Amino acid sequence: MSLVTIVVVFVINFTLFRVLPGDPVRAVIGRNVRISVETQQALREQFGLDKPVFPDQLFDTFGQWAQGNLGVSWSLRRPVSEVLMSKLWNTVLLIGLGQILAIILGVFLGLMAGWKRKTPIDVAALTFSLVAWAIPTFWLGIILLAAGSTWFGLPTAGIVNPENTGKPLITILPDLARHLFLPTLTLTILYLGEYMLIMRSSILEVLSEDYILTARAKGMSNWQVLWRHALRNAMLPIVTLIALNLGFTVSGAIYIETVFSYDGLGKLFQTALTKQDYPLLQGAFILLAVSVIIANMVADILYAVLDPRVKET
Amino acid sequence: MNENWTLFMRNLRDFWRAFRRNKLGLLGGFLVLTAIIVAVCAPLLTPYAPTDVIRDANGRGMTFAPPSVHGPLGTDDAGRDIWSQLVYGARISLTVGFLAGFIAMFVGSLLGTLAGYFGGRVDNLLMRITDVLLVIPDLPLMLVLVATLRQMDLHISPLAVLIAVIGLLYWTSTARLIRSQVLTIKERQFVDRARAIGAGHAHIVRKHILPQIMPLIVANTVLVLSIAILVESGLAFLGLGDPTKPSWGTMLNFAFDRSAVANGAWWFYLPPGFAIVWVTLGCVLLGNVLEEMLNPRLTAHHLEGDQNMIAIPKQRVE
Repeated sequence: MSLVTIVVVFVINFTLFRVLPGDPVRAVIGRNVRISVETQQALREQFGLDKPVFPDQLFDTFGQWAQGNLGVSWSLRRPVSEVLMSKLWNTVLLIGLGQILAIILGVFLGLMAGWKRKTPIDVAALTFSLVAWAIPTFWLGIILLAAGSTWFGLPTAGIVNPENTGKPLITILPDLARHLFLPTLTLTILYLGEYMLIMRSSILEVLSEDYILTARAKGMSNWQVLWRHALRNAMLPIVTLIALNLGFTVSGAIYIETVFSYDGLGKLFQTALTKQDYPLLQGAFILLAVSVIIANMVADILYAVLDPRVKET
Repeated sequence: MNENWTLFMRNLRDFWRAFRRNKLGLLGGFLVLTAIIVAVCAPLLTPYAPTDVIRDANGRGMTFAPPSVHGPLGTDDAGRDIWSQLVYGARISLTVGFLAGFIAMFVGSLLGTLAGYFGGRVDNLLMRITDVLLVIPDLPLMLVLVATLRQMDLHISPLAVLIAVIGLLYWTSTARLIRSQVLTIKERQFVDRARAIGAGHAHIVRKHILPQIMPLIVANTVLVLSIAILVESGLAFLGLGDPTKPSWGTMLNFAFDRSAVANGAWWFYLPPGFAIVWVTLGCVLLGNVLEEMLNPRLTAHHLEGDQNMIAIPKQRVE
């Protein structure tokens, strides 16, 4: 199934690239480069553009993509895959930190909310996640950016201060932390609500199971029941949702990196969009989509391993 | 009146009685309704057009005037009234959101009903499509689609592109929900009986299945609306809106690009966001309450006392 999805992503990408007006040769080498007719012809042959679109060009392109060859960026004049790799780890750092914090806090708060259903804790948790759901990511980012820079003097852009670029990681950690604080906070606040809701409904479902009643009847305390029986089973949907959420997190990263001028894939995506740099846009799309698809596949496998009730059919 | 529709109307009346008691639902309804009224009555609510430049006594445009200097919400970087932009922006945001939401709802209900009712290969294909759409990250896909569509010289407005792309990507959850409902309804006896006396597919779907799933479709539409409005604001913030017809998202794009944050012009970047939250929160509250009332899953809760073992009474389905 994941393979089918990846093929669909490739086909979408391939089709979009072909329906763009203009000569595909231009699309590969950039719009404003002067070249002779002979060179153009030579390039056409080199890229296989003299062959029929289907199936030769399609499979050719797929082969190139599968090998990580994503063309050359128009605006940066560098191979797309190289540009993407240079930004990848910044985004992984941001998303990773935000997700881990959101999962830990979300699971804990969701557990409390589900256990203490219909108490003020629950109502507060529900209200928070509702509001967090309704707030546009980029707007929360803008507010935190304004508040953080005015009242706490936090930096408004970048990953480290300009004078610190290129220095060894260990010496710039405090600076890095200051730059990461606001974007991570935005990401955490936004995704916390979702994990909390999922955890809450999951724990409610688990608490209605007979084995919980049995555990209570054995004389276990509420905490023991929660810890030994409820938490582990209720955590199961979280595994799938971490992977599913990765898609939303990637979207969130595009907004957040734009707002905080954070030098990652999301910012790159936005720049490619404004500069109409199609090879870069499509390369970034392939990378993001394929990572999310693979993450989902891994989550499915993990789920089957963690939950013996789900057997692969 | 057909018997099924009378039944539907009676359900609706019962439903309103229950709904009236739900404070959150009423709040949601209020938020959505006020936004719609503001959008409809925009010209009555402000003396300025959103593009009018507000000038001071010397005839110079007042840029970044705070609310204390000019009218309820001050002016932007070009000296235009923010309140007017907000009020007229409601028209754009709501129109795009509602149209996109309705397209998604229509496609989702149609495909969901077909898949659920006919099953087999149709069902299989539809479920595979939703599986695929579910895992492809939505924002990158939309950005690539919108960027390409705009480049294609199709002579359609940027807003129409947004509506089409949002509408045609967000139908999957509706389709799945409707499908599962249709699957259970079509197994009921009254459908078998209708079929036994010779009713055709069209008749069964129209007279027996649609009235049953209609409330669910309504509830789901409200939820999809909130997603459509949020997504529109995001795409517009990234610069894919129509600069000549600014929605709330476009306003935030302007505010951010023209350094409202550095200028401390909070009256520029706060109100559009509040407006978006107002509407999406309204839709979510309304939609959640509707869904909860129409789709009650009774769950016992063994860690609580007896008083909560019984949840809200089941809504009459038949």
